[in-house]
Amino acid sequence: MAKYLVKRVGFILLSLFFIVTITFFLMQAAPGGPFTSERQLPPEIEQQLNEQYGLDDPLHVQYIDYLKDIAVWDFGPSFKYPAQSVNDIINRSVPYSLILGAEAIFIALSIGVLLGVVAALKHNKFGDYTAMVVAVLGISVPNFIMAALLQYVFAMQMDALPVARFDSFAHTLLPAVALATTPLAFIARLMRSSMLEVLSSDYIKTAKSKGLSHRVVTYKHALRNAIMPVISYLGPLVVAILTGSFVIEKIFAIPGLGNEFVESITNRDYTVIMGTTVFFSVLLLISILIVDLIYGLIDPRIKVAGKGGGK
Amino acid sequence: MKKVLEVDNLSVSFDTFGGEVKAVRDVSFELSKQETLAIVGESGSGKSVTAQSLMRLIEMPPGKFVDGSIKFDGEDLVLKSDKQMEDIRGKEISMIFQDPMTSLNPTMTVGRQISESLIKHQGMTKKEAHNRGIELLKLVGIPNPEARINQYPHQYSGGMRQRGMIAIALACNPKMLIADEPTTALDVTIQAQILDLMRNLKEQTGAAIILITHDLGVVANAADRVAVMYGGKIVETGSADEIFYNARHPYTWGLLGSMPKLEDDNVDLHAIPGSPPDLLDPPKGCPFAARCPYAMKVCEDHMPEYTELSSTQKTACWLLDERAPKVEPPESAIAGGSIVNE
Repeated sequence: MAKYLVKRVGFILLSLFFIVTITFFLMQAAPGGPFTSERQLPPEIEQQLNEQYGLDDPLHVQYIDYLKDIAVWDFGPSFKYPAQSVNDIINRSVPYSLILGAEAIFIALSIGVLLGVVAALKHNKFGDYTAMVVAVLGISVPNFIMAALLQYVFAMQMDALPVARFDSFAHTLLPAVALATTPLAFIARLMRSSMLEVLSSDYIKTAKSKGLSHRVVTYKHALRNAIMPVISYLGPLVVAILTGSFVIEKIFAIPGLGNEFVESITNRDYTVIMGTTVFFSVLLLISILIVDLIYGLIDPRIKVAGKGGGK
Repeated sequence: MKKVLEVDNLSVSFDTFGGEVKAVRDVSFELSKQETLAIVGESGSGKSVTAQSLMRLIEMPPGKFVDGSIKFDGEDLVLKSDKQMEDIRGKEISMIFQDPMTSLNPTMTVGRQISESLIKHQGMTKKEAHNRGIELLKLVGIPNPEARINQYPHQYSGGMRQRGMIAIALACNPKMLIADEPTTALDVTIQAQILDLMRNLKEQTGAAIILITHDLGVVANAADRVAVMYGGKIVETGSADEIFYNARHPYTWGLLGSMPKLEDDNVDLHAIPGSPPDLLDPPKGCPFAARCPYAMKVCEDHMPEYTELSSTQKTACWLLDERAPKVEPPESAIAGGSIVNE
């Protein structure tokens, strides 16, 4: 197990190296720079700024300097907001994004799985059709429309929840629901089809032939096997929710990381682009590792480490 | 001898978009203690539906009991509620399925799959069920059961999985065991081992066995009595010897004739020409009439009654009517006896 983890962490570091390298050179290849603006800066001042931030060095020197800094988790100062370091920006905005993301994943998973199971158990009956109508709506309606709709209904009309900002638990509800809708619908459909497949499998018949009750057959035998596709969807889901949250963050005026990410690109704020990219990548790679570990826990056929098994 | 099971005029249908599929039509048979009854027939003859009806494992709807009764130990299973059936399944009647690769839950240890019914039906604690599980694995011939009980099905070979399935089925000492093609998915040497095992276990536990199969070699090996099914009906039934040496129904002849024979140099397989009847709209008369080389006019319109040829053998065929021409079974069907002496 330890050997496996070391190997996986090694791969994570290797992937990070490639991500950093590719992003660094792609970013430099894009026209414009952090100090390009409509109002021309006097050449001397631009020269001075470039010197201060090391932008006048040859590209490979900049690259190696950056690698050295990043190795000790130092993302450098922001170009746009000189008083702040990129680490400050990330540390400040990450909690918002993490809370929002975790809430959305929780909602999507719990309700999605529930809807899917209900739909499969009530196959071709009213419950199935209701769940699938909800799912199709959820997949077709983009999250920014969902967000506006939720704001209109729950905040403006009913005055039940705050319309924007991120100060209390009540504030988190609407954005989390808006963010969760699409993945929720996707999980519901995934769960339904996989549950239907499992319910018609031979081992479910075996379980029934043992005289187990309907409840035990469904929850102890079927659910655990049927949830596998949902678990493998969790990896991409975490990414989609983290990177996709900037629209929601914008609409609900949440000072999260997604927001910073998008703004840094329009600003050509090199260090912030790099910092947020690296940070997102680390999150993504770790979440994929965790998903793989969970997978191994649930399905004994998938051996995470070299232990045990088919002797 | 005491009857464990009496099936009377059982008819099972499925409602589909195309109409009512009459999968089992007017089937009657019985089973005594310690007896092995083989139900043979080709795909779609209704043998698996019959077997699953006995366990009430057919989804209803779309399936439904149209008529008849299934008397198990004197009580009609057709009338039982789902809740009552839960107490019978796994405890009084259990079942072994065709494909051991897919009939065990891949995410549960074999031990837990055995314990489940012990805990449910015999009120054992987890510990007791675990120990009994080890005994059962030993009984079905799995080496090193103390370690194997904690393994998952994917760590078992195909033959071992079927042994595991048998251990699960036998956990609560059922009075009747239904084996739905238990050897079809296994290779020949393992087949023989599994059949031996089932025979030994029958002697030890006294359970009656219903063996569903399309393999007459398996029947010759294991069965006391045979029921031949075709088109949802039992066309001929008798002791194993009667079916192999004195079959009277042309379909049984066809089945015996299609068995490959060891002494035969001819590599071609003999098949019965034609295909089974459409059970959406089953023929009014004998279901085999369309494929029967001896079919007469009466066969198409009227289902023959059973003719009792002995106290055990009953055959539904117009050829046995006194007005019908005398027909001798073809050469290939008589040679079918050779497999019994194998």
